[in-house]
Amino acid sequence: MRREGQIRIPSGCAIAAVISKDGNKMTGEKIIASMKPMHDRSNGLGGGFAGYGIYPEYKDFYALHLFFDSRAVRKECEAFLKEYFEIVRSEIIPTRKIPAITDEPIIWRYFVAPLHSMLTNLQLDEAELVAQTVMKINTGMDGAYVFSSGKNMGTFKAVGFPEDVGVFYRLDEYEGYSWTAHGRYPTNTPGWWGGAHPFTLLDYSVVHNGEISSYDANRRFIEMFGYKCTLQTDTEVITYIMDYLVRRQGLTLTEAANVVAAPFWSTIERSPDPEYRARCAYLRTVFPSLLITGPFSIVLGFTGGIMALNDRLKLRSMVAGEKDDRVYIASEEAAIRVMEPDAERIWAPAGGEPVIVHVKEGAY
Amino acid sequence: MIIQAAGLDHQALNAALRQSVEDCRIEDCCGQRFIAAGMKDKDITITGIPGNALGAYLNGASLTVCSNAQDAVGDTMNDGRIVIHGNVGDAAGYAMRGGRIYVKGNAGYRAGIHMKAYKDKVPVMVIGGHTGSFLGEYQAGGIIIVLNLNTPQERIVSNFPCTGMHGGKMFLRSECRDILFPDQVTARPANAEDLEELRPYVTEFCALFDYEAEAVLAGPYTVVVPDSNNPYHQMYVAN
Repeated sequence: MRREGQIRIPSGCAIAAVISKDGNKMTGEKIIASMKPMHDRSNGLGGGFAGYGIYPEYKDFYALHLFFDSRAVRKECEAFLKEYFEIVRSEIIPTRKIPAITDEPIIWRYFVAPLHSMLTNLQLDEAELVAQTVMKINTGMDGAYVFSSGKNMGTFKAVGFPEDVGVFYRLDEYEGYSWTAHGRYPTNTPGWWGGAHPFTLLDYSVVHNGEISSYDANRRFIEMFGYKCTLQTDTEVITYIMDYLVRRQGLTLTEAANVVAAPFWSTIERSPDPEYRARCAYLRTVFPSLLITGPFSIVLGFTGGIMALNDRLKLRSMVAGEKDDRVYIASEEAAIRVMEPDAERIWAPAGGEPVIVHVKEGAY
Repeated sequence: MIIQAAGLDHQALNAALRQSVEDCRIEDCCGQRFIAAGMKDKDITITGIPGNALGAYLNGASLTVCSNAQDAVGDTMNDGRIVIHGNVGDAAGYAMRGGRIYVKGNAGYRAGIHMKAYKDKVPVMVIGGHTGSFLGEYQAGGIIIVLNLNTPQERIVSNFPCTGMHGGKMFLRSECRDILFPDQVTARPANAEDLEELRPYVTEFCALFDYEAEAVLAGPYTVVVPDSNNPYHQMYVAN
């Protein structure tokens, strides 16, 4: 079968997320259930989840999740990793054999710490070394693919319907303070395990419903900064844009949202708020190549929070709801009602208006 | 007849609806799409959250939803009535060509997109709350009424209403001083004739959701209609 990057087929998708503002832990069961009423938004060619706070016993180590085609490439990859990292634990990611999920690659995880000597030699900080290592493996090592690389978080994805993918990865056995989920209906690429969502780099994960029409403009810009877009899927470039804007440029999430879903000039000019006008005009001028056009609704996961965002024209649906310490996001209200039948204040955020939720300090 | 929707997919649910010879009540709905698509008769009441494209191609049936509804309510509806006691998602009344939609709460983006009319087929959509951007986008016919009864501090419609509008009529219960309309439409205060046209729809809305009709009719209303002499003048080419 041809993989992502080798073919482009000219999306419907489903996204969902839940977060506890108090940092209370939830198993993956509810987020799996949320995908069931949205079954028809996917076509069985991809499903995935990201959980935050799921590895408390290894919270100081980067958790690398990898797909391998063969034992040989796993050995090769481990030898490469050992040049830069101390591997404190290495294991198969536990899965359930179920008829709905077949043809799985070798699925492995490593908890690693960058070697101090390497950081000093390369004059890199930890996060940058991990990011560069991910890029090196994903672009240079045939048959190996890193699909998760953050601390105290993990991504789990496969070809299949999301509700089956969650069962396959035994997400009922993990507990996290936030979860995001995706059901895939690939329209531009054939659907491969690595191409399922969420897309991650370090602790940033993105689930996305839509199809961005600015992909190549965004890709050309972001590749100038060491990112390599290998899969031709637009979600990958969104992940790298968020990493670039937030981690490397130090923008706030609201500023990053104003870059990728920039308001129209006419909207900026008509705003009564001078601070808003100045900020949006500045960001549109400095980062014009990172404006994402075309339909999208995304949930960005990161350590201690989530951000949900629609494109500025709101060409995809997205609703939010609340109950007690929980905030829920989904493509459809039905998905929120499955997670919390008594959800209150169901609302539809406007296009380009980010919904940012943080877990309170010290609770994650 | 009562249909328990829990555990049924949209095909099974719609099959049960079609088999019924009497009025139906669907309970515990959770995202099933296309409910009552194309149906001519029956009175259907729904509890829970109906899925996208509720009442698509509806052809005379009457639907009542006790809570919110999702996207594309009444997509390409031809006749009948849809009553929503909560909010609706995006693209309500998409390409609607007949019948009436009454929403107590707010509508999302693109309500009434591509609504059209032909001779005696005049679709009507009444929104009790406020609406998102692109209200009446490419509207070609029919009547859209927005009342903003619930949160008067909010703008009655968000950005870019009437983009591409070239037919039909819109009534907004506001002076619309803070609303920017495109060049190809005219927004003006409603006159006595307009208010008479509005009266039956507002009266029905108020009867459904228990509002005082005369108070709601008191306005003020802004009427928006396209400049019909040549709505596409120089839109695509210098003509």
